[in-house]
Order: sequence, then C-alpha cells, then structure tokens
Amino acid sequence: MTTYRSWAYCPASRQNAIKPAWTDFDLHKETGSLLPFGNGRSYGDSCLNSDGIVIDGRLLNRFISFDVEQGILRCESGATFADILALTVPKGWFLPVTPGTKYVTLGGAIANDVHGKNHHQDGTLGRHIRCFELKRSSGKKLICSPEKNTEFFAATIGGLGLTGFISWAEVQLIKIPSSFIEVETTAFHGLEEFCALSEQANVKHRYSVAWLDCASSGKQFARGLFMSGNHIDCDKKSKSALHEPTISIPINFPKQAINRYSIRAFNALYFNKNRLSAGKPTKQHYDDFFYPLDSIGNWNRIYGSQGFYQYQFVVPPSKLVVMEKALNKIVASGLGSFLAVLKEFGDLKSPGMLSFPRPGICLALDFANRGNITLKLLQELDHLVMDAGGAVYPAKDVRMSSQAFQSYFPNYSEFEAYIDPKFSSDFWRRVSDKKT
Amino acid sequence: MIKKPDNETIVIFGATSAVGQMLARIHAESGDSMILVARNLDRINRVAADLRTRGAPLVECLHSDFDNTQKHSELLENIEERCTDIAKYYFFYGSLPEQKECEASWSSTHNALMTNFLSVVSLLTLIANKVEKETGRGIVVVSSVAGDRGRQSNYIYGTAKGALTIFLQGLRNRLYRSNCSVTTMKPGFIDTPMTRDFDKGLLWVKPEKVAQDIYKAASRRKDEVYTPGFWRLIMFIINNIPEIIFKRLSL
Repeated sequence: MTTYRSWAYCPASRQNAIKPAWTDFDLHKETGSLLPFGNGRSYGDSCLNSDGIVIDGRLLNRFISFDVEQGILRCESGATFADILALTVPKGWFLPVTPGTKYVTLGGAIANDVHGKNHHQDGTLGRHIRCFELKRSSGKKLICSPEKNTEFFAATIGGLGLTGFISWAEVQLIKIPSSFIEVETTAFHGLEEFCALSEQANVKHRYSVAWLDCASSGKQFARGLFMSGNHIDCDKKSKSALHEPTISIPINFPKQAINRYSIRAFNALYFNKNRLSAGKPTKQHYDDFFYPLDSIGNWNRIYGSQGFYQYQFVVPPSKLVVMEKALNKIVASGLGSFLAVLKEFGDLKSPGMLSFPRPGICLALDFANRGNITLKLLQELDHLVMDAGGAVYPAKDVRMSSQAFQSYFPNYSEFEAYIDPKFSSDFWRRVSDKKT
Repeated sequence: MIKKPDNETIVIFGATSAVGQMLARIHAESGDSMILVARNLDRINRVAADLRTRGAPLVECLHSDFDNTQKHSELLENIEERCTDIAKYYFFYGSLPEQKECEASWSSTHNALMTNFLSVVSLLTLIANKVEKETGRGIVVVSSVAGDRGRQSNYIYGTAKGALTIFLQGLRNRLYRSNCSVTTMKPGFIDTPMTRDFDKGLLWVKPEKVAQDIYKAASRRKDEVYTPGFWRLIMFIINNIPEIIFKRLSL
C-alpha cells in the first residue's frame, strides 16, 4: 500500500497500486476494480479508487514518434506535458491546449478533456487528439479516433479513466514562432466589464483569462485583472524550460495561515501591484504565462494537512446574474481564497461525451477546508449552478451529489454503456449512486 | 550537464532497465548514437523509438540473454560491425534474486551469480582485450552498495556485486595504462520495477537521479562512485562495524 493523494489532499487515502513499466501489461489478472492514475493533479476523488487498485502509469512515458514537419506527436500516456514541451518547443511546436500546470500526464489530460486559456479559439484538448489506444480489461485493444471506434473515442475523452486504460495517444501540436507570449493586462471592475473585455480580446488573442478578487465587497466587488496573449516571434534569449520547481513548500502550513485577513491582504496587494503594470504589453516565457504555480513545488501544502476544496463551475452566457449571485455568496462567506480564475468559454464543441466546458462564463477557486461551513456554501453554489443549467468540473470535485452530477451531465447514462466492467473510481461510485 | 566536445557512440547492455533507459535519454538528448542490448527485442525497439525521438542520430538494437556466455563473442562482433569507434560501454542489466530461494537451491544461487557477475566478467574479458589496444575508452558498470558487506538478508546478490566490484578494481588497474577508465557505480535503493515489492522510505531515489549521477561520473572518468552521495557515509559506517558485532545484527 502506498499513499496516493489527489492534489487537494482531501481525501487522502492509502491505495493499492500497480505500476507497469511496459504498455503490454496484463489487466486481466488483477482482481478488484481498476482505475488509471496519472500524475495526481486532479483535485478530488476522480483519480482515486480506495476499494480497488490504481494503475500508476508514470513509467509509461516513452515517445513513439514525432513528425517535426506536421507537428504530430505520438507517445505513451504517462508522458507529462513538461516532458512533451521539453521535446517540442525547441522544434517550434506547442501543445494545442494546456491546463494551468504542466505536471499532468497526457492520459490524464485526455480523461479530463482539459481546457485552457484558448478555449474560445481552440476548444478542449479532445479536439486535437488524433487517435489513441484503449486497453480494455477483456484483453481487447481498441484504436480510437474520430473515424474509428468513434463511440469509445467520444466516451474516453473526458471519461474520467473509466472506459479503460489509454496506453498511447497521438496529438496534433500547434506551430509557434518562439517560446514567448506577448501579454496584455487590463484591470476591470465588475462582471460586465469583464465580459466586454473578453469579447474584445477573444477576437484577436489566442489566450485570455482573468484573475478575480473574491474577497472584496462594496466598490471593489468583482474587481480583477484581465490577461490576454499571443505567441510571438521574439529573439529574447530563451531561458531553458523549468524542470523542477524553483522553490518548494516543504511541510503543510498550520491551518490558521489561511484566514480572511491574509486572503484579503493578498488580494489587495496582487491587484494593486499588477494594476500598475497594466496597459503596456510584456513578453513572458510560456512557463511564466501558463504555469505560474509550477514554480512553487507542493503549493497545495499552504492549506495545511486538512487540505482544501477547489470549485470550478460554468454558467450559460445568459446567466451572468447567477454568476454575480454566486460571487456575492462567496464574498459574503469570507471563505474564498486567492486563486480565483475567471474565463469565458467559447462554443467549439468537444468530441467528449462527458466533457465539462460549454459556452458560458467559468469561475474556479479554492476554499480552505473549514469542514461543514465550507461544504454548506458549496452546496448552495451547486443549487445556483443547477438552476442555471450550468455544470461543475468533476476533475476538481470531491463532494457533488449524484443528483447534481446527473443534472450537469445529462448524457451520463449514454456514457455508462462504455465503462469498462472492471473499472471504477471513488468519484464514480458516488455520482452514479452505485455502491460496488 | 557536462558538455562533451563531440558526439559519440555508446553501447548499453541492459538498455531496457529503468536506470539504463534514463541514462540513454541523457545521451540521446545530447546527440549521441547508441547500440542497445537487452533480453527482450520488442522492448528495446520501444526504447529505441523513444531515443530516436529525443534526438539520438543512430540507435541500433541487439538481442542477448546475457547468461549465454557462449554467444558473447558473436554479440561483440555484431556490435563491432555496427560501429568500431565505441566511446563507452555501460552495464545496467542484473537481477534481484530471492535470498530465501537461493539458500534453498544452488541452482537459483548459480543463476544469480551468472547474471550479476559471471556474464559481466565474460563480456568484459572480450571488451578489455579490445579497448586495451585503443585509447581513451570508458567502461561503466552498475554494481551495488549491497556488494560492500555481506548481510543475511541478501548476501547472494551482495556476493555477486562484491565480486564484481573487486573484478573492476583489477581491471581498472590493468587498463590504466591504456587510458581507459573503469567506473564502478554503487547505487543504494532505486525505485524501479526490480524493487516494486519493497516499502519505499526516505533512502529511495528515482532512476532519473541515479542516471544523472552515472552520466556525470562517466564523463569525469571517475573510479568508484556512490549514488546518491550520502551512501558513501552510510557504507563507511556499515563497513566499520566490527564483525564480532555485525554478525549479531539482523540487517
């Protein structure tokens, strides 16, 4: 038994695991339920299988082929985005879609159909996956693509690892002129201003995202910083990509460290510091633009050993009032933290059946774990999101009810048909109302 | 990372081992060519594809089951056919025998000694006679801290590695005049598929870290190197416990 944790530390469970070194490992001989485990960056329990076994895929990180002319990369599923970028960026290619950390595996990224700051232009990662091999517990290996085994292709993208084990995948990369992004920062007050900025920026910028102050009320309610960027040609000497965090949090902070005063102070400081630099475009290395938190190893430890909750939800574009209502609730509770991210999703459809992103406005933020008070707030938010026809992101969830899940993902019953009979997860047992 | 003046060609025996793969990646990323030898051809081909993608200009794969010493001269001819200018020979293969099984059976003990010691000696006998006539070559062999002192929990493996360490000392001494370096690597606990059944504590390290240490030691033409470095201290203490006490301990 080894400790496998999700990124938010709650729940921490001891977990049986196997760690195959070659993709031809045998799924057949394992008894008990199985679940693929990538690099443990899912926040909640979708990456845990406490009754069964997880298949730790991190040794399966070999490249298979890289077509430098066409930007097509095929590699085993345990390769991380950091591994991939280290190979492809010097040759002028970048990942088509990336989340806020590069320490995720390709297999995990497909299973969660990750999105990034370019959702309005490029959609989710699933749109850029050319094909993959899915190992089923029956011993069958299925090559899935938009043309072949299409149902399994659709079910596996965003399928939370439940349809089988992805042994390798092929992804179409995007061409970049350098490893730098030109970034513009603009301060805003209120959600209308955010939407106006977003509408303008999304036409001419591939990437856009906003940081939102979730602690201030009154005149400063919903203030934030809007950042947009494009890949640019830049002769600035490229620093070498980050291999390991520059600093690391060695231990769990005491739980008193994160409180409404420290959070309010941080938010005010961050807003005012960056407002000053707003206006003039700056050139940022891709590590600084996409992965600011990767430079701090184990940043999750600042929330202490009791962990935290992350809550990410999307509401349709017409439901801006609901977003405002939710934000009011969060500010009033004083429980919101400093890592709040606001993003407008576009309407490019993902091939994934259970894909989370959909047109609308999306907010993601952390809550220190204060037990029932926090859970109660999140439940209230759930009701707002459900009523608005929105959704909460399973990759970050550890507590949504089966009723909530089924309302967010109405085609879950269609998905069920493609689940591998031997695969399950803590998340799935909860939201599908099955106890086995 | 240390910059080498020119790209070179290396041979890796046991290229599909966890540390062997990581070491090969470092060489591939710095543009070296390589000949990979391992027991399973399908697996070497997978490793080779990875190394070509990472930048190795030329990767050749050869199959050998190592224990069959009769075939060693043929294997080395095959290598020579592919490249006559080999800069470094790396030895990564090995097996971790079950101590209890070895105690019960000479045949298990024999197998363990064959894989971890005798077969390496066989290959190095042939290689030594070749590199002795050349100059500036490097031989890098992964031994183990287990070879520093016999302990009841794994002394068969320890015997093989200890004998190997002594063989390499002699070889180093002999090849000094040919300006050929012989580097003995002594890793501690590495988190690899070979050690999957162990509970991993603080002393365990990743294969990447060990591979970096080996690459550095090989480039600097070191003699005997513990990896990670703190094992030098641990083994200094262990080696200096008087036998009269040591024999009573349950290590």
